[in-house]
Amino acid sequence: MAFRAVMSRRVTNRSSDIGARWMSTWWGNVEPAAKDPILGVTEAFLADPSPSKVNVGVGAYRDDNGKPVVLECVREAERRIAGHSNMEYLPMGGSVKMVEETLKLAYGENSEFIKDKRIAAVQSLSGTGACRLFADFQKRFRPDSQIYIPVPTWANHHNIWRDAQVPQRTFHYYHPETRGLDFASLMDDIKNAPNGSFFLLHACAHNPTGVDPTEEQWREMSYQFKAKGHFAFFDMAYQGFASGDPERDAKSIRIFLEDGHLIGIAQSYAKNMGLYGQRVGCLSVLCQDEKQAVAVKSQLQQLARPMYSNPPLHGALVVSTILGDPDLKNLWLKEVKVMADRIIGMRTALRENLEKLGSPLSWEHITNQIGMFCYSGLTPEQVDRLTSEFHIYLTRNGRISMAGVTTGNVGYLANAINEVSKSA
Amino acid sequence: MTSTSTMLSLASAPPTASLSVHENLKGRLKLGGGSLSFNKEKANPFINTKSFSRISMVAAVKISRFEGVTMAPPDPILGVSEAFKADNDEKKLNLGVGAYRTEELQPYVLNVVKKAENLMVERGENKEYLPIEGLAAFNKATAELLFGASNPVIKEQRVATVQGLSGTGSLRLAAAMIERYFPGAKVLISSPTWGNHKNIFNDARVPWSEYRYYDPKTVGLDFDGMIADIKAAPEGSFVLLHGCAHNPTGIDPTPEQWEKIADVIQEKNHIPFFDVAYQGFASGSLDADAGSVRLFAARGMELLVAQSYSKNLGLYAERIGAINVVCTSADAAARVKSQLKRLARPMYSNPPIHGAKIVANVVGDPTLFNEWKAEMEMMAGRIKNVRQKLYDSLTAKDKSGKDWSFILKQIGMFSFTGLNKAQSDNMTNKWHVYMTKDGRISLAGLSLAKCEYLADAIIDSFHNVS
Repeated sequence: MAFRAVMSRRVTNRSSDIGARWMSTWWGNVEPAAKDPILGVTEAFLADPSPSKVNVGVGAYRDDNGKPVVLECVREAERRIAGHSNMEYLPMGGSVKMVEETLKLAYGENSEFIKDKRIAAVQSLSGTGACRLFADFQKRFRPDSQIYIPVPTWANHHNIWRDAQVPQRTFHYYHPETRGLDFASLMDDIKNAPNGSFFLLHACAHNPTGVDPTEEQWREMSYQFKAKGHFAFFDMAYQGFASGDPERDAKSIRIFLEDGHLIGIAQSYAKNMGLYGQRVGCLSVLCQDEKQAVAVKSQLQQLARPMYSNPPLHGALVVSTILGDPDLKNLWLKEVKVMADRIIGMRTALRENLEKLGSPLSWEHITNQIGMFCYSGLTPEQVDRLTSEFHIYLTRNGRISMAGVTTGNVGYLANAINEVSKSA
Repeated sequence: MTSTSTMLSLASAPPTASLSVHENLKGRLKLGGGSLSFNKEKANPFINTKSFSRISMVAAVKISRFEGVTMAPPDPILGVSEAFKADNDEKKLNLGVGAYRTEELQPYVLNVVKKAENLMVERGENKEYLPIEGLAAFNKATAELLFGASNPVIKEQRVATVQGLSGTGSLRLAAAMIERYFPGAKVLISSPTWGNHKNIFNDARVPWSEYRYYDPKTVGLDFDGMIADIKAAPEGSFVLLHGCAHNPTGIDPTPEQWEKIADVIQEKNHIPFFDVAYQGFASGSLDADAGSVRLFAARGMELLVAQSYSKNLGLYAERIGAINVVCTSADAAARVKSQLKRLARPMYSNPPIHGAKIVANVVGDPTLFNEWKAEMEMMAGRIKNVRQKLYDSLTAKDKSGKDWSFILKQIGMFSFTGLNKAQSDNMTNKWHVYMTKDGRISLAGLSLAKCEYLADAIIDSFHNVS
């Protein structure tokens, strides 16, 4: 074992000079970690000096000038907050006000579950933190369970459940031939999984494919989940971003709730409120009654305490300021729609450009898919060519972040995609 | 408080709060006349039932996977504030959590923080994701604050610094690193130590054991016990040390004692692991409080250091800190940093930006930096004054001749009073003084005005309760 090898080197070092002993290191067995496949793309992009470079890698929204956007509602909220808030520790479960408003978004403004206090909910470190807390909770209280993860999914999902030591299985999702949903195989996988399995579902705007089930398909899935007694855990990172309407984007969740499922949800404000760096989100678990919700919440807090004690305040304050003020909330809803509409517009533009170039391939999927990402169908080798020949940065699975596409670069992007794919 | 070291290897111990969920779930559900069980061997009730939709609707609502989840106990530290809030007595005093209060017992937002926040709003910076390792300007500033900008470890780029979620998050990252790269290695923690240390290592599945630290007879440091226990531990253990202002005792080794501690750690090939949550808060001087860390670094030792800005910049809620790993080469530091990132990504992807920007702005601006130093001296000064007044009150009121001078010898936000659990309970139940059960009081929550009342409470609890 590497550690023991290091140890024996140490023990045989007989030098009487203490300083000399410390020329070798404890960390000889530490290999450099592979670059994160998603965040590593932006690092490479930043290092590229080419003036025509395009970043369609990480899923962070850009305006039509390719610039990051801070929403007006956020700026206004920050003006109100700056220099005024005291900095006291939030409770371990985070900002109560922020969590209340967040639950309304997911479960419905007048949700009976909120009224009946059946939801165990805590503020989390954005979507990642919510998923990780749930994974740790699942490990602690259902140690024999596994998680079924769609193929493909956001890469970090695998890391999260792996580091939480919950075994993973996969279920069919993306259909490469149609660039759509492999619904038949998906349903088979649901039926064949052992009763009472845990499934990870993307509530809307599936990442990385942009392929979502239709409403009918969600209903069938819910029905089958009931038949099998499965547990549905929704990762909702794009509410509002998919269609422009947060209520519509929560449809999958509402269907499962209507059907009586007791679900879990990870919510994030990284994209829909542009609060990426603030790490604001929420983990909720719908329980059978208030008593159980109180117990579950206490255990979620118990998991959070040795990870970070309590969550950061600033982002939560921004969220509760905005959602707690009707005018600011309306402004937010308008701004979310603007972002979603711009992306839908870019999908149309990219597809039209490719068709105009006479590409022999079908690009329907660009406008069929929804949300920030487009699963282009490009191979890793084609992606590598996009980067090395055209300075276009995206993840090697062919995922294009539509948020990085602008009227200024869509023509260049279409041309490059056509070049690398026309001989396919 | 135990005065012997206890070997508590908890690598495979289950969390105490959980029950066997399967015991709870078996045969507990009743639906109509029959009963439902979630034992996997039995037939699935949904598939066999005839009136499918009605029963499955009802069943889906009643049955939860988390049926067996019991209520977790209140956190021993954070739970104190919650109990305090619920108390209606006007004499109540919160000496629980270590958050600084003014003489008027109000929370204090540092002026430099307000200024920095206003600057940030004016500049209108964007809120993009930080890189996994955090804000570069913050990482640079924090390492320089800790080691000194001209320190060889900095100049030679031998420190891997990753922004973390305050002290807790930084400790957790380090613990995860230990678990992955030093499987089976133990962490030695002081007896007593901050309550959350054990939770962190437990949840990270890193075994730990205790070294003697607090001596109840002298209300001081059990130095011989500490050295003996560090010597007795298996070679290559990690030794968790409080850089300054030990929590909960307030008892710090002297510079001479630090040298001897460094000697025995080197002798046993242990790795020093500093928790620095109070730099600047202990003595009022940032450099003086970093003395122990710098002493070890000067010896060429590799070490880990977790930092927090919760107290010294009053940024409690923003969760800003860092984990630093000092290596013997820049190459090792780069590799270690990459692996710390790999541990952080599945925990929270990247750290929150707000607190990092505040620190970077304050430290990066000479005017703000000097203002900060002044505010920190003011906070540390208030605590020293309160210590003095408490000592004076106790000495004047207590006729037993007990030596209360340990209050003056201890340093930082906390004082270990020597009160046991029953006596601490008396403090709360009779005197409405809220503190942790280990006898720790937070002087940051004490005003000069309340010193006499507190002295009465302590004297009563000490002499009249056993």
